[in-house]
Amino acid sequence: MSLINRIKKFFGMEAKPDIEAEPDAAKSAEGASEQEVEKVAEEKAKPRIGYIHLSGCTGDVMSLSENYDILAELLTNMVDIVYGQTLADVWWDDENPMPEMDLALVEGSVCLQDEHSLHELMEVRKRAAMVCAFGSCSATGCFTRYSRGGQQARPDHESFVPIADLIDVDCAIPGCPPSPEIIAKTVVALINGDMDYLQPMIDLAGMTEACGCDLQLKVVNKALCTGCGTCVMACQTRALDMTNGRPELNSDRCIKCGICYVQCPRSWWPEERIKKDLGL
Amino acid sequence: MVLGTYKEIVSARATDKQIQKVSQDGGIVTGLLAFALEEKIIEGAVVAGPSDVFWKPEPMVAMSADEIIAAAGTKYTFSPNVMMLKKAVRQYGIEKLGTVAIPCQTMGIRKMQSYPFGVRFLADKLELLIGIYCMENFPYASLETFISEKMGVSMEMVEKMDIGKGKFWVYTQDEVLSIPLKETHGYEQSGCNVCLDYVAELGDVSTGSVGSPDGWSTVITRTDGGDSIFKQAVDAGVFETKAIADVKPGLDLLQKLSAQKKEKNQKTIDERKAMGLPVPF
Repeated sequence: MSLINRIKKFFGMEAKPDIEAEPDAAKSAEGASEQEVEKVAEEKAKPRIGYIHLSGCTGDVMSLSENYDILAELLTNMVDIVYGQTLADVWWDDENPMPEMDLALVEGSVCLQDEHSLHELMEVRKRAAMVCAFGSCSATGCFTRYSRGGQQARPDHESFVPIADLIDVDCAIPGCPPSPEIIAKTVVALINGDMDYLQPMIDLAGMTEACGCDLQLKVVNKALCTGCGTCVMACQTRALDMTNGRPELNSDRCIKCGICYVQCPRSWWPEERIKKDLGL
Repeated sequence: MVLGTYKEIVSARATDKQIQKVSQDGGIVTGLLAFALEEKIIEGAVVAGPSDVFWKPEPMVAMSADEIIAAAGTKYTFSPNVMMLKKAVRQYGIEKLGTVAIPCQTMGIRKMQSYPFGVRFLADKLELLIGIYCMENFPYASLETFISEKMGVSMEMVEKMDIGKGKFWVYTQDEVLSIPLKETHGYEQSGCNVCLDYVAELGDVSTGSVGSPDGWSTVITRTDGGDSIFKQAVDAGVFETKAIADVKPGLDLLQKLSAQKKEKNQKTIDERKAMGLPVPF
C-alpha cells in the first residue's frame, strides 16, 4: 500500500484533500490559526500519536509546545498522545507493551551503543503506521554527527545516526528545532489529508546527510545560486554569511541540520502551494 | 500567464519631488515603502543600502522614510536582502516588515512562508513584499569589468546605472555612456539562466520601468494586501497613475520581454536536464 493510501486509511480520509477545511489564503501563509485547528478538531477522528525521544535535546518537543494558542486544543481534542515521556508520561518496558500508533514522531538520532534506544526504535517501526523523523537529529543526525565518544557518563556511546539508517522513515521535518509553525501546519495538513502539502516532508525522509557545504556542492557548483540570501536567513546557528553574493560557511558553527539547503529556493520548489497560499 | 496572476497594471510615478530626484524610474519602491512606514502599515523595511564600496549594495534595515530614500535607485549586483529579514525581526524588534526583492529573492521568501521548516516566527511578520522586474543580475566583479574596462569609467565616478532600450547606461556628472546589452551578456551569473520569472510573479506588488515612459514605472498589483496598500498610496496622492493602455511603449513590451526570458531560460533548463543537472523548476 502506498504511503499516501496508508495515511488516508489510518486517518479515515477521503481520496481528495478537504478543500472546505483549507484556510483562506492570507491565513495559510501565517501558519495554522486557532479557528482552523478547532474546525479540524471538530470534523476529524483523532489520530493516535506517539512521541519517541532518542538522542535529542528536547528542543523539538519544546518547539511543538510553543504552539501555545493551539496546544490545548491540539492535545485534548485533535490528537491522542498515546506514548511519550514528556507529553504523556507513558513508557515502554517489558510489562507495558508499546501501543499502536497512527503516527510516531521520533526526536533525536539513535545511538548504536544504546541498546534501549535501538529496541525502542525497532518497536516503534512495528507499532506505528507512519514514522516521522522529527527534527534534524532524527532526520540528518544534525549536531550528534560530531560525536566521537569517550565522554562521561557513557564513554562507549560514540555512534549516532539518523533513524532512517536503521528503519524505514515515512516523512521528515528537519530543523534545529523545526519551527512551531511548520509543526502546526504539518499536523493540520496530516489531519486534513492534504497530501500536496506533505509531499516535501515525504521527500525529505530521504535526506539523511546534510551539511552547510551542501550549498556549495548542490547549489553553487551546480550553477543554481543567485545570491538571494535565504540560506543565511534560515541558518539557525549563524554559520552562514554572504560573500560576494555567495553563501560562505563557517564550518565551526555548522551543526549539519540541513536547514540552509531545505529552505533554498533552488533545492526544491513548491510553486503551486505557494501560489495557493498567496491566493495567486 | 506571461505576467503572472495580477489584479491590476498601471503606469505610475511618485509625486514627491525629492523621491523623483533620487529614484531609478517612477520611485514606486521608495514611495510605497516610505508611505507604508508613515502609515504604520510596516515598522521597518529591508532595503539595498550603500556599503563602503561604490555600487556594491548591502542589505540594511530602514526604520524611517529618510533611510528608505537614501537607499533609492537600482544597483545591478547582489544585495541579499532576504538574509536581513530575520535580523530585522529579532534584533530590530520589527513586527510588521516590508522589503524589496528581485524574483529569486521573492521565491526564497515565499517558500519560507509556506514551508518555514527552520524559520521561527518570521513568516507572519512580512506585510509588504515589493518585487522588481529582473532579467539577470551581475556579480560585482562583472559590473566593474564592463564599466571600468569596456566603458572606461571608474566606479566612483558613476552617478547612476540603468538598463533600457537594449543598452546598459552609465551616467557620470558630465557624461552619458552606453554599451549594447549583448556586450554584457556572459557577465551575468549563470543561476539567472534557469529563472522563469521576469516580473516578480510572487510579489505583493511588482514594479519596473519596462512598459512605461521615462520617469514612470509599470506597477502590477497581485495580492489583496499589495493591491490595497498601493491603492491607499494612490488615494493619498503618493503616486499619480495613468492607464497602462494609454502609455508607450505599453504592456506589449513587458509581455514580450517576460515571454523572452521564459522561452530562453526554459531552453537552458531543458539543456541542463538533458545533461542530468538538477533544476528545481
